Amino acid sequence: MEKMKEQEKNPRVAYGLALLALARADRNVVALDADLCGSTQSVQIEKNLPGQYFEMGIGEANMVSAAAGLALCGKTPFVHTFAVFATGRPFDQIRQGVCLPNLNVKIVGSSAGLSDFGDGATHQSFEDMALMSVLPNMTVLAPVDAVEVAKAVQAAARIEGPVYIRLNRNDLPVLTDDSTPFEIGKPLVLAEGSDAAICVNGVTAGMGLAARETLSGQGIGVRVVNFSTIKPLDGEAVRAALSGVRALVTAEEHSVIGGLGAAVAECLSKTPLPTARIGIADRYGQSAHNYEELLEHYGLTAGAIAEAVKELL
Amino acid sequence: MDKDRQDFLREKARKVRLGIIDALGIGNRGHLGGSMSCADIVAVLYFYKMRHSPEKRGDPDRDRFIMSKGHSVLAQYAALAEAGYFGKELLAATKSLGSLLQGHPERHTPGIEANTGSLGQGLSVGVGMALAGRMDKRDYRVYVLVGDGELAEGQIWEAAMAAGHYALSNLTVIVDMNGVQAMGRTRDRYAIGSIPGRFAAFGWKTFEIDGHDVADIAETLDKAADVRGCPTAIVARTVKGKGVYFAENTHTYHNNLLTAEDREKAIASVTAM
Ligand SMILES: [Mg+2]
Repeated sequence: MEKMKEQEKNPRVAYGLALLALARADRNVVALDADLCGSTQSVQIEKNLPGQYFEMGIGEANMVSAAAGLALCGKTPFVHTFAVFATGRPFDQIRQGVCLPNLNVKIVGSSAGLSDFGDGATHQSFEDMALMSVLPNMTVLAPVDAVEVAKAVQAAARIEGPVYIRLNRNDLPVLTDDSTPFEIGKPLVLAEGSDAAICVNGVTAGMGLAARETLSGQGIGVRVVNFSTIKPLDGEAVRAALSGVRALVTAEEHSVIGGLGAAVAECLSKTPLPTARIGIADRYGQSAHNYEELLEHYGLTAGAIAEAVKELL
Repeated sequence: MDKDRQDFLREKARKVRLGIIDALGIGNRGHLGGSMSCADIVAVLYFYKMRHSPEKRGDPDRDRFIMSKGHSVLAQYAALAEAGYFGKELLAATKSLGSLLQGHPERHTPGIEANTGSLGQGLSVGVGMALAGRMDKRDYRVYVLVGDGELAEGQIWEAAMAAGHYALSNLTVIVDMNGVQAMGRTRDRYAIGSIPGRFAAFGWKTFEIDGHDVADIAETLDKAADVRGCPTAIVARTVKGKGVYFAENTHTYHNNLLTAEDREKAIASVTAM
């Protein structure tokens, strides 16, 4: 029982099970992987539905273009590898062969952000959301917990076109449940407050909620708003979710360039608020023996978020 | 192949070449050389080998053709117009603003199966299509035309490996080995050694043909379709600019314009072939 609970916290495990359910229901759903299926959990398809799994070897460019070919023949391919390799190496293949013709290919970037803490800068990804967001036709999702991961997989399958899903490698607190709404393009208020808002996604959601706790003890009311969608964002819905506050902090496990902070700022460009953007400050990662230590080193902590809110107010 | 059939295919190839000249227009830059070098191959595919029809564009059992060397799409446009996928009058509007016929293949054009143009990607798309065909137990074949200069793209060899691994006998690549790339002769600019040897090393059965002999092209495509257990590569010796005498064997007309006078000379040259 305890073991099961642990598994539910893990976005990768949740992802593999959600993809398996999807692929069982629709035999046109296929999985491709570049020799990382154990880590990305597309191994669930290889193990249980081997006819719907294609091992593509360690060749990401060919994998993405082959997925385009499968989509052109009516399949719904889910393409897997680490986020850094899923978006950077085959960027041109995604641009030319998937997004330009608006093909039904889903790119799943696993071990995003700093979450592959041990492997260092080469395996960490702070650019993936920026790279995918700039492409016309692409939908970019960054689910906040294991529950949302499953919903994101189903939502991606309902979209007839390219989708990028960003996944964390490590256990994340479960902040939503089956009844929580999940709608692409709409932010979700996780906790109310009227002085400031903290915009979060993925691992920063837990930090935002902790910062809110701290600040409420100091008489500051903070709203925490989750952005599982980076693109396309419903500008009206974003402005509604952020209305009434005096300051804004965005927090993301991604470069401050081209990610959540940028997307929110674009929505508020005509009605700007004093804003602080917390994220990776235009630099590369490095190895560490544990995730928390690394997040702290790069300034992604509840304390840093709380400080930023106080500075703005 | 009997003489009538050969004459029929040669006439189709001539129409493809004249269509290329139409699509190029007067005074617009366009990829004449590589389109002419593959004109006979494209004609034999569309008018002899492939199972396809403009009336049944969405037929899941149709054979697929991917012009991986996307800049040579003028040859494909000409063949598609000749086959009735769209009116021949559209050819003259190629690359004009808002035209259905873009500078490189896009899927919204009737008969175009995949977006290509960023070189090296088409063979991988063909791998995906061939995998889908096998998965669905359909007997369609996938043909991918690549350039010899294009073979410098590493992704070609990733795709060659994948097709070998999956033993995709429903996939045939045709190399338009015209020996010339944008900046000069391939052997001088970026020599890549034995092309058949390279494909063979990845587990492909290879054929070498005269890419301007319609009978040789047709008979080899038939042989390739009978191969079981591995993908097939047809390496076609061709002449860049074939049929337009002043554009033959030179990179000058890789992407160049025709003056009104050149155009008349080109038409006369193709007509006299
Ligand atoms: Mg060439």
